[in-house]
Amino acid sequence: MKVLVPVKRVVDYNVKVRVKSDQTGVDIANVKMSMNPFDEIAVEEATRLKEKGSVAEVVAVSCGVAQCQETLRTAMAIGADRGVLVQTDVELQPLAVAKLLKALVDKEQPQLVILGKQAIDDDANQTGQMLAALLDWPQATFASKVELGDGKVNVTREVDGGLETVSLKLPAIITTDLRLNEPRYVTLPNIMKAKKKQLDTVTPQDLGVDPAPRLKTLKVSEPPARKAGIKVPDVAALVDKLKNEAKVV
Amino acid sequence: MTTLVIAEHDNAQLKGATLNTIAAAAKIGGDVHVLVAGANARAVAEQAAQAAGVSKVLLADAPQLAEGLAENLAAQVLAVASGYSHILFPATASGKNVAPRVAAKLDVAQVSDIIGVESADTFQRPIYAGNAIATVQSADAVKVITVRTTGFDAVAATGGSAAIEDATAVADSGLSSFVGREVAKSDRPELAGARVVVSGGRGLGSAENFKILDPLADKLGAALGASRAAVDAGYAPNDWQVGQTGKIVAPQLYVAVGISGAIQHLAGMKDSKVIVAINKDPEAPIFGVADYGLVGDLFQVVPELTGAL
Repeated sequence: MKVLVPVKRVVDYNVKVRVKSDQTGVDIANVKMSMNPFDEIAVEEATRLKEKGSVAEVVAVSCGVAQCQETLRTAMAIGADRGVLVQTDVELQPLAVAKLLKALVDKEQPQLVILGKQAIDDDANQTGQMLAALLDWPQATFASKVELGDGKVNVTREVDGGLETVSLKLPAIITTDLRLNEPRYVTLPNIMKAKKKQLDTVTPQDLGVDPAPRLKTLKVSEPPARKAGIKVPDVAALVDKLKNEAKVV
Repeated sequence: MTTLVIAEHDNAQLKGATLNTIAAAAKIGGDVHVLVAGANARAVAEQAAQAAGVSKVLLADAPQLAEGLAENLAAQVLAVASGYSHILFPATASGKNVAPRVAAKLDVAQVSDIIGVESADTFQRPIYAGNAIATVQSADAVKVITVRTTGFDAVAATGGSAAIEDATAVADSGLSSFVGREVAKSDRPELAGARVVVSGGRGLGSAENFKILDPLADKLGAALGASRAAVDAGYAPNDWQVGQTGKIVAPQLYVAVGISGAIQHLAGMKDSKVIVAINKDPEAPIFGVADYGLVGDLFQVVPELTGAL
């Protein structure tokens, strides 16, 4: 079967972003960009399923600006067989991405779509669920274990208070949580090989989707700063502060 | 303008997160209705009917709604959704699972994890692991929203007297089924709602050493939390993880023990009222957000602190 893995290009998770002084957004000029960490886990999982022989082809997809090609090359260096870029300069929100992905699913006919549970830039945690809704497919979000069976997939999910296992009829949508796997490091030979893999580019118009944003961002501001704290010399001083100053114990 | 709040519950008990979500609904204005979808969940509907500010409770009761499967729960919400201007879910594992499915079916954008309500169509939400706050406006006819529970004080659990109305339960989608659940047993308060949280990080060194936090948590009546490093290393269970990808907490007192304070961890706890950091590295970033910092060896400081309380 075929697996589709959507990947997003985001500000690297180690970068502390700064809000622009005119409050129109965060400053991402000259900031290091990488593949969203949850998406790396998704590519790794699809690749492992392929290595086990239960998957024939892994297709990586990214939606956004031309530079998303780099993200797709990374996915192909991990193990994806080919890439599709839906190229647009329009600001993409989860609903638009879900519609673009639905159009690609209709075309590619995968049995499984594995996405990250959330992107670390917009922190929305929506796209996988929205895609499942648009396709009328079952979904298993926050996956920490995936077991492919015959015509179904059993997924263990990380939920509040523990773990939960659900069984989905294929085709299905899975979103990854951190503990699903540890993505491999991409090696130089695989980076070279990835350069030769097929990468197709389409536009939202080709797919018949209007990607215009539905939510308007009025402003982006700094979170309220915490008042500078103090260092206390010993436990006695700490207990005294907690009891008499902060009054929390 | 009427808001529908989707109750979070385990078929016996209404979860506290629902009360914070009702508080957000009250800020939006208009009537507040609550949907309880479950199996044998009338007791939950009765609890929801007593919550302050609720004017009607809808109860959809059927076996296929027992486990909160996204496919069935989303269909149930859609079945009762007409006439509502806002549909609110708590931003819990369950709410995040279902809300986007509902929004996509209604062909509207969803607003995640709001921490403030500016008006009926304008909301504040954190982005980039809480390093920026976006104010967003929705032009959609129906606003589907998840509510960060630590952003709103819970409404009173008693005092209300809403009517309970039975809603027709939707049929089983047949797309998914529930297999099982492993619930981590704990006598301590629930992490997300605890008044005090004691969290450990990589500095603890082992699962065995993590137990050094138990007496301190007992003394403080605290829930235990952990950094991702501690969870990944196997020192603590997954559902203790505090941070961007774990739980978001905002207790009165947060005690960070052996936690350096990575951006992703701070995203989950920096709205705590008072933060105490115990770390042997005076340069650790956690001291940048701590109200009270103590530089020292946690294996000495923690027992000493427990004894002094």
